[in-house]
Amino acid sequence: MKIFALKTVLAGLMAATTLGAAPAFAEKTKFEFWYGLSGDLGERVQDACKKFNDSQADYEIVCTSQNAYDATLQNTIAAYRAKKQPAITQIYDAGTLDLMLSGAFIPAKKLMADNGYKIDWNNYFGGIANYYATAGGELQSFPFNSSTAMFYYNETAFEKAGITFKPETWEQVEEAARKLKAAGYECPLGFNFDTWAIMEQFSAIHNQPLATKANGYQGLDAEVVFNKTKFVDHVKFFKKMQDEKLFVVKTKQLGMDIVPAFTSQTCQMMQTSVADHGTVGKTLPEGVKWQATMLPVWKGTERKNSLVGGASLWVMAGRPDAEYKGAAAFLNFIGQPDMVQWWSTVTGYIPVTKTGFDAMKANGFYDKAPYKGRELAIASLTYTPTSENTRGIRLGGFTQIRKEVGTALEAIFMQNADVQKELDQAAERSNAVLRRFEKTYAGQKLN
Amino acid sequence: MEKRAVFKSWWLPVLFALPQLVLILLFFYWPVAAVVNWAFTLEPPFGGAAEFVGFANFREALSDPFYWNSVVVSLIFATVGPFFCIFIGLTLALAVDRQLPGSGFFRFFYILPFAIAGPAAGMAFRFILSPERGLAASINALSPDLWNPAKYGSHALALVIIIFIWKWSGYTFIFLLAGLQSVPRALGEAAAMDGAGPIRRAIDVQVPLLAPTLFFLLVTMMTEGFVGADTFGIVHSVTGGGPNHGTEVMVYRIVDEAFQGLNYSGASAQSIILIGLIMLFTFIQFRFIEKRVHYK
Repeated sequence: MKIFALKTVLAGLMAATTLGAAPAFAEKTKFEFWYGLSGDLGERVQDACKKFNDSQADYEIVCTSQNAYDATLQNTIAAYRAKKQPAITQIYDAGTLDLMLSGAFIPAKKLMADNGYKIDWNNYFGGIANYYATAGGELQSFPFNSSTAMFYYNETAFEKAGITFKPETWEQVEEAARKLKAAGYECPLGFNFDTWAIMEQFSAIHNQPLATKANGYQGLDAEVVFNKTKFVDHVKFFKKMQDEKLFVVKTKQLGMDIVPAFTSQTCQMMQTSVADHGTVGKTLPEGVKWQATMLPVWKGTERKNSLVGGASLWVMAGRPDAEYKGAAAFLNFIGQPDMVQWWSTVTGYIPVTKTGFDAMKANGFYDKAPYKGRELAIASLTYTPTSENTRGIRLGGFTQIRKEVGTALEAIFMQNADVQKELDQAAERSNAVLRRFEKTYAGQKLN
Repeated sequence: MEKRAVFKSWWLPVLFALPQLVLILLFFYWPVAAVVNWAFTLEPPFGGAAEFVGFANFREALSDPFYWNSVVVSLIFATVGPFFCIFIGLTLALAVDRQLPGSGFFRFFYILPFAIAGPAAGMAFRFILSPERGLAASINALSPDLWNPAKYGSHALALVIIIFIWKWSGYTFIFLLAGLQSVPRALGEAAAMDGAGPIRRAIDVQVPLLAPTLFFLLVTMMTEGFVGADTFGIVHSVTGGGPNHGTEVMVYRIVDEAFQGLNYSGASAQSIILIGLIMLFTFIQFRFIEKRVHYK
C-alpha cells in the first residue's frame, strides 16, 4: 500500500510541476493528456501532440506517458482522488467499465456538444464505438488506438509443405498443421495463454456469449458462462493438437513468446493483434512470404464480427472549462480523416472512422506492402452488425477474469489438468470477482 | 566528576527529529491508516461512498485456497532464500577474510550482484535458465523436462529463489565481512596455534562471535523475503506468479489484486494480514533466538 500512497504523491507532484511550469503571462490554455503507450508507439503519440500544438495558437496539450495501460489507469485513479487528474486519459478496453461507473468523466457527446463541435457519431465503426458506448448506444469515450486479432501464417512454409489452400476454418488449420509437421516443421502453430484471441475473439466470431446479460451490457449481475460454450470444445481441440505436437506453447517463460517465435520462423502460424502487423513485416527476413487474415472459424459457423481491442480516450471531470475547450479541439483534431490516416500508417492501429478508412482506401494505402492485409482487420471488425454477443465485454474486474482463464489455460496446457474442471473453476472464481464488483458499486446501474 | 551538557529547551530536539518524523508519518503511518480504512470498507476505485463491510474482506481472502497457497509459497521463499543468502554470504566472507592473494578483488566482485536491480536480474536469469533456449536447454536435451520452470511450480519457485539468493548474498556478505573484521585476530591466531584448521576456527570461534550480525541478517533478510521490493520485482519479471499460482508470493498477489484487479479493499486486508505475519515472525525471532545471541 506504500506504493499506492507514493504514486498518489508522485502523481500530485507531476501534476504540480507541469502546471507550475506554465508561464504567468501565457495566453495559451494548457491541459494534460496521459497515455499508456510507450516506446515507438509512445513517440507517435508525442508526434500527434506536436501536430496539434503546431496547428493552432489557443491551446497547448502536454502529453505524458505513464508507460503502460494499467499504470495509466492506476495513476488516473490516484490523481483523480487527489484532484490532480489530467483533462484526457487513455484507458484500455478492460478498464472501460471502471471508468463508466466512476462518474469521473465527461461523456464524449456532451463534451463536443458543449464546445460547439458537430461530430457525426455514426462515422465511427459500430464494432469499435459500441465497445465504448452505453447499452443504449451513447458513446462515452473517444475510440483512439484500436485493433483486433488476426491469424498470421508463413506462406513460404506453406508452399514448401505443399499447402495450397488458405486457412479459413480450424479444420483447415489442423490439416495445414499436419502437412507442416510432415514437412519437418517442429512448430506448425504457436500459442500462449493470452485469452484475448482464443477466448474473447473466438466467442464473438462464433456468436458465443462470454457472460449472461448480453456480456454484461444489461446489468452488473451478469455471470460468466464461458465454461458452457463452444469455447470449451475449442480448448479441447487445442489440447488435442498440443498432444499431437501440432500446436506448441510459446511463452516468454519458455524462452520465446509467439510473435518472436513466428518472426524467427520457429512457428508457422499464430493468432495475434493487427498491431503486430508492422513488427512482423519488419522482423521477418526479406523474401519470406507471409499473410495476415481473419481469424479462422469452425466449419459451418456463420461468422460474426470480431471485437475491438486497444484503448480509448476519456475526458476527466473536474477541470476548468477552458481546458475542456482545448480537449474538445484536440479530440476533434485527431478525428480528422488526414490525422486518422497518419495515425494508422505510423502505428498499425486501424482507422476508427469510416471516412478515415475510406480516405486510406482511396489513397491506395492498403494495396501495397507492407500495409497490405491490414484492411482485413476492418473487414473482420465490421463483418456483421454487432449483436449481443459481439458488441463487446462489459464485465467488472475483467483484468482479473482474464487472469483466471489464463491460469486455467496454463494448468491445462502445461500441467495436463482437466479442461472442463479448470474452466469451471475459472468461471466460479470469475463470478466471485463479478459479485464483489457488483457489491462495490452497489446501487449503481448501467444505462 | 563527569561533565554533562543539558539542553533545557524541548523544541530543539523535536526540531532536529522533525524531518525524520515527518517522513515516517507521511510514508508509513499515513499509508497504514489508509490501508486499515480500505480493509474494512468497499469503495469504488475513483472514490465515492465507502461502505463499511466489517471483516468481509478478510473472510474473502482467508476463504480463498489460492490465498493459503500464497502464504505457503511466501513462507518457503522467505525461509529458504534468506537461509542460503546468509550461508553463502558467510562462506564467502570467511574466505575473503583470510586475506589470501586476490581478496581485494573478490571483496568487490561478490558485492557486485547487489548493485543490480532485482527485476533486471530476473529478466537476465529468465533468459539464461529458460527451458527451451539458453543454458538450460542443453540439460533438457539429456532428458525432456529435467528443468522446466514454465511447467512445474517447484522449478519456478526454485528459479525465483535462486535469483533472490544470487542478488542478496552480496548484501549479507558486506555485513558478515565487516563483522569478521571486528573479531580479534588474536583469537583466531591462538586457535591456529592449537592446531585448529580454518573450518574448525570458523565454526568454533568466528561464527559464535558473529552471532549479533547473523541475527540482524536473519531478521532483515526474512522481512526482505516476505515484503521486499525484489521479491515482488523478481516474481513479476520472471514468472508472473505462475505456472498455475506456483510462485505467487503474498506481495505479488497483493500488488496484482490492487493494481490489476482494482480490488483495493481485498488487497488492503491481505496487506494487514501480511504485516501481522511479519510482526509475529519478528517477535518469535526476538523472543526465542535473540536469547542465544551474546552482544559482548
